[in-house]
Amino acid sequence: MRLTNRQVIGWLEAAPLTLVLLAFLIAPIVMIVIVSFWGATEFSIYPAFQLDNYEFLFSSPVTYKVFGATLKYAFITWALTLAIGFTVAYFMAFHVRSQTVQIALFLVCTIPFWTSNIIRMISWIPFLGRNGIANQTLISWGVIDQPLEWLLYSDFSVILAFVHLYTLFMVVPIFNTMMRIDKSLLEAARDNGASGLQTLLHVILPLTKPGIMIGTIFVVTLVMGDFITVRFMSGSQRANVGRLISNDIGLLQYPSAAATAVVLLCTVLIVIAILLRFVNIRKEL
Amino acid sequence: MEKRSRGFYVLAAFFGLFVLFLYGPILTIGILSFQGPQGGLTFPMNGVSTYWFRDLFQEQAVGDIWGAFRRSTMLGLMVMITTVVVSVMAGLAFRKRFAGSGVLFYAAITSLVIPSILISLGVGLIFNQLGLKIHWATSGFGAQLTWTLPFGLLIMFAVFNRFDKSYEEAARDQGATAWQTLRHVVLPIIAPSLIGVGLFGFTLSYDEFARTLLTSGSYNTLPLEIFGMTTNVTTPVIYALGTLTTAFSFAIIAAFLLGAWIMGKRRARLGSDAGKGL
Repeated sequence: MRLTNRQVIGWLEAAPLTLVLLAFLIAPIVMIVIVSFWGATEFSIYPAFQLDNYEFLFSSPVTYKVFGATLKYAFITWALTLAIGFTVAYFMAFHVRSQTVQIALFLVCTIPFWTSNIIRMISWIPFLGRNGIANQTLISWGVIDQPLEWLLYSDFSVILAFVHLYTLFMVVPIFNTMMRIDKSLLEAARDNGASGLQTLLHVILPLTKPGIMIGTIFVVTLVMGDFITVRFMSGSQRANVGRLISNDIGLLQYPSAAATAVVLLCTVLIVIAILLRFVNIRKEL
Repeated sequence: MEKRSRGFYVLAAFFGLFVLFLYGPILTIGILSFQGPQGGLTFPMNGVSTYWFRDLFQEQAVGDIWGAFRRSTMLGLMVMITTVVVSVMAGLAFRKRFAGSGVLFYAAITSLVIPSILISLGVGLIFNQLGLKIHWATSGFGAQLTWTLPFGLLIMFAVFNRFDKSYEEAARDQGATAWQTLRHVVLPIIAPSLIGVGLFGFTLSYDEFARTLLTSGSYNTLPLEIFGMTTNVTTPVIYALGTLTTAFSFAIIAAFLLGAWIMGKRRARLGSDAGKGL
């Protein structure tokens, strides 16, 4: 009797979250799957059951190119954010001794997360433009004679923006895991004659893996699902899957956008499923 | 204290560069927003003025910045309150290991990792097909919750993983009902973390772009308005707007952090009445 009471209260407490997710997560996914089989005229969509959208998607060479580009962005961003994020977290967790300083530095790293991504993207323009700070500086140093054209509206600027926006998704979980490493393990390693590098590679790195995995999930999914960073930072000259979808939406071709979205969702979920094999998220919080 | 190794200074320098990388660009547009009236989008500064800020307060040729700001703030508050309430309830539920908790947990994780444009597209399609009016306070509100609630839930997990159950047991032993235990023991203890959940709720909503894109209807939120400006505004007025809303974000963050800090101080001062014969 007690147990069932507990169950019922549990359900009641979980009900609001469940309802929101049903209405605004599950239902939209179902809707997208349904609409992906519909047909479209130039200005409207009509219910049907046809595979045209998928056929077109899988037969177009553009699809493969764009999925390839998306994975490329995800991989490069992942590698860079991991390297930077790990180093930053390592410094804060093991080299900063005062807890107050640690908290302050941690906040410095996380505050940009609570500001606007759009503005953080816009703020790169005075740096990277043809007459931007980077080009002006390099010319005045005599490193280059002419402005570099590939700084803005290129793969370079897209990845730079991704790293700028998403590195803290690596820093936070990695720092969180590092802070929970028992410091006596490090002492033990040193007492047994391990060098700093050996301690890092054989003690800290393995123990930090769950944090790395959580950060990886964040960064990979954010980059794979992005459409606005690529559009803005490449000046619409580069494409990824998100842009493919948003272009179709712009042309009111919802069924075709939905089909691409379904394939994107499947890709993302497969990647997550693989990553989740390495970590139990709930235990790591 | 042991002497700092050389590694410390290398890492500290790296950290400094990282901070510069994080904040440098926003500082730059902060400076550039004070361009003179003839100034362009990059250095050199063409005089120093507040011309572009004043321009913001005048009638705009395009868009409705202040309307968008009001809507974003309103929506942020709505999302914040909902996120706090729903996350706390769900956090309490998950402590009870109810049937179906696994499924709900994975749904929340899916909500976090699903590409935002899918939410935008799906919610937009549903509202269209059902003949409902797409509006920032309905479809936009719901779409944003799918982004803020998982964060709130994860924070609640972190909070309850560190929660000392013996406080509850003590309350129960002294005859408190389940509701009294919650109201007078659990909620006060987790209150500072709720400030954190509120901070996530408000700021993530206030800055959200992708999930609101197709769900806000005919009235833009501020991020949508700003993005619209990037395509047709080529003066530093966009920097002035960026600087202002970033300053607003910083003020909000500072208020939340200050709130949490004051709460912590008060608790340290008033927290324990052990041994005072109360």
